[in-house]
Amino acid sequence: MTPVINMAAIGEIIDRLKDLPGALLPILHEIQHVQGFVPSVSVPAIAEALSLSRAEVHGVISFYHHFHSEPMGQQVVQICRAEACQAVGARELEQHMTNKLGINVGETTSDGAISLEPVYCLGNCACGPSVQIDDQLHARVTPERFDALVSAPEAK
Amino acid sequence: MITIYVPRDTTACALGADAVADAISAQAAQRDISLQIIRTGSRGLFWLETLVEVATDQGRRAFGPVEASDVGALFDAGFYEGKGDKLALGLSEEIPYLKNQQRLNFARAGIVDPLSIDDYKSQGGYAGLSRALAMQPQAIVDEVKESGLRGRGGAAFPAGIKWQTVLDTPAAQKYIVCNADEGDSGTFADRLLMEADPYQLIEGMTIAGLGTGATQGYIYLRSEYPKAFSVLKTALANAYAAGYLGSNVAGSGKHFDLEVRLGAGAYICGEETSLLDSLEGKRGMVRAKPPLPAIVGLFGQPTVINNVLTLATISSIFEKGAAHYKSLGVGRSIGTLPMQLAGNIKRGGIVELAFGSTLRSLLEDFGAGTASGKPIKAVQVGGPLGAYLPASALDISLDYESFAAASAMLGHGGVVVFDDSVDMLEQARFAMEFCVVESCGKCTPCRVGSTRGVEVLDKIRAGEQRDDNLILLEELCETMEYGSLCAMGGLTPFPVRSAIKHFPEEFGG
Repeated sequence: MTPVINMAAIGEIIDRLKDLPGALLPILHEIQHVQGFVPSVSVPAIAEALSLSRAEVHGVISFYHHFHSEPMGQQVVQICRAEACQAVGARELEQHMTNKLGINVGETTSDGAISLEPVYCLGNCACGPSVQIDDQLHARVTPERFDALVSAPEAK
Repeated sequence: MITIYVPRDTTACALGADAVADAISAQAAQRDISLQIIRTGSRGLFWLETLVEVATDQGRRAFGPVEASDVGALFDAGFYEGKGDKLALGLSEEIPYLKNQQRLNFARAGIVDPLSIDDYKSQGGYAGLSRALAMQPQAIVDEVKESGLRGRGGAAFPAGIKWQTVLDTPAAQKYIVCNADEGDSGTFADRLLMEADPYQLIEGMTIAGLGTGATQGYIYLRSEYPKAFSVLKTALANAYAAGYLGSNVAGSGKHFDLEVRLGAGAYICGEETSLLDSLEGKRGMVRAKPPLPAIVGLFGQPTVINNVLTLATISSIFEKGAAHYKSLGVGRSIGTLPMQLAGNIKRGGIVELAFGSTLRSLLEDFGAGTASGKPIKAVQVGGPLGAYLPASALDISLDYESFAAASAMLGHGGVVVFDDSVDMLEQARFAMEFCVVESCGKCTPCRVGSTRGVEVLDKIRAGEQRDDNLILLEELCETMEYGSLCAMGGLTPFPVRSAIKHFPEEFGG
């Protein structure tokens, strides 16, 4: 499915923020916020407004794990892979999640329902393993709890 | 009127605090009981979340850990009047985990409504700023030097020296930048401070502006902290509305603007120079030093860049005076350090103590051992670049010098506990793998060395020329330590080497 890209909204964001000192990250955040990702067609407009090359803008988007150039799944599930969560079973939980969803970390289910993303620390290190589903963080997540949290399609 | 306090910080909410607050409102309405719920930060006693408190004549009484399904029974027992035994913990201030701490940074956490300036002021807030407004810039910097405050981000550089450099460097525009890119696993002190007591940071940054002549500040916050972002945005708007920020700070005619900016999921942006590049809208690439950021910093201008806790501590130094701060701690490690108990620990949370306690006391007296009930095998202190310490080394004193002497680092005070099921070769491999994922790529030892490190550890795991590969790994660690531009590549060998040193049998040694 080709995502609908709202160039008018993107143009408005660029116009509104382009004069901020260090405007590029704030612009990318807002575009991703309204669009769900940073479409490649927005890159020339951003570059033009900030007097940067398209390569520079692309370089920034690809440097940061938070920004995506492709659409994400309807639900974004982030699993914390860092040490504090490892100490309480995050590796086993991740294994369970990939089996359950039938995808690897960094992939999206074929029906576009769920993207599974790695994250290195959500600041909930006293009560791991931590999983964030869209904007909601969940603490002490067990495999059973994860199954209850996602209405996930079985492995395909 | 009955007053109930329910936390609103990230961890409490991840454990169901919003549902608990909703259940309290619903039960109160059903029973026709008039009460108000105040959403505080958190006390940082995360093992007791959701920790619900009730105001009584003797002080606040605590109940926890509360689940939404417990609320009906709590009402039946009369918890809203401080009654009942169910989940009762007694007076909050008497809970030993809290009572035995020496809280400066976290003195207000969980007590005040984080967004209320009146609450903040009623607990000593903005007294430091009033004092600083009557002082000359040099006197402000002298007070910071006199306090002995060292940077809390990990490197422990004396804050006053950094400020002096910025004060002494003439420029039309100077900046105060707060490093709130708290990416180390096992750390959450910055997050809790921003979510529970944001004005402490805002006040500290304002004083830094007055002391160095900077009129613009930025808080660079990691994007993984959406709740902190929302609290800071509202707190900043409130501080502007109350006249504590802007062109006429507290009616003094002095100018300080402050803004929060989001990072985008790059661990390396916790390194100060790559953070500055990121704030400028670039890839977060590490800069060579010199020039120091204090001379050529954000947008090429003199810049104070300090950690959240460092800048927040400024508020209490100016409120209580440098001498008070200096009276805490041991040797050159002055003041308090909020330690963060994380990982496989029974009682995880924030434990703020003066420097000089021991790791064992922290893990046993506060932490009560592992969550799994198995023996502690290893403890990683200071984040993903910190050393692994074995169970036999827990008597180490919690101060910068003792850790440096043990080839370890206290860093930002994160303590991640592992029980005896941990595979230390896997942890060493993860340290290298993390460096592969998070290296900015500017220097070869870090960018390539980490990838080679993963490969060599896989060969050691497979038993391929194990002795030779261990020598190769040590040489690789040496190259990364001495050849990398910043601490990312430079310190990644610490967890690797410490795992090999303390657990040689797991590497076939």
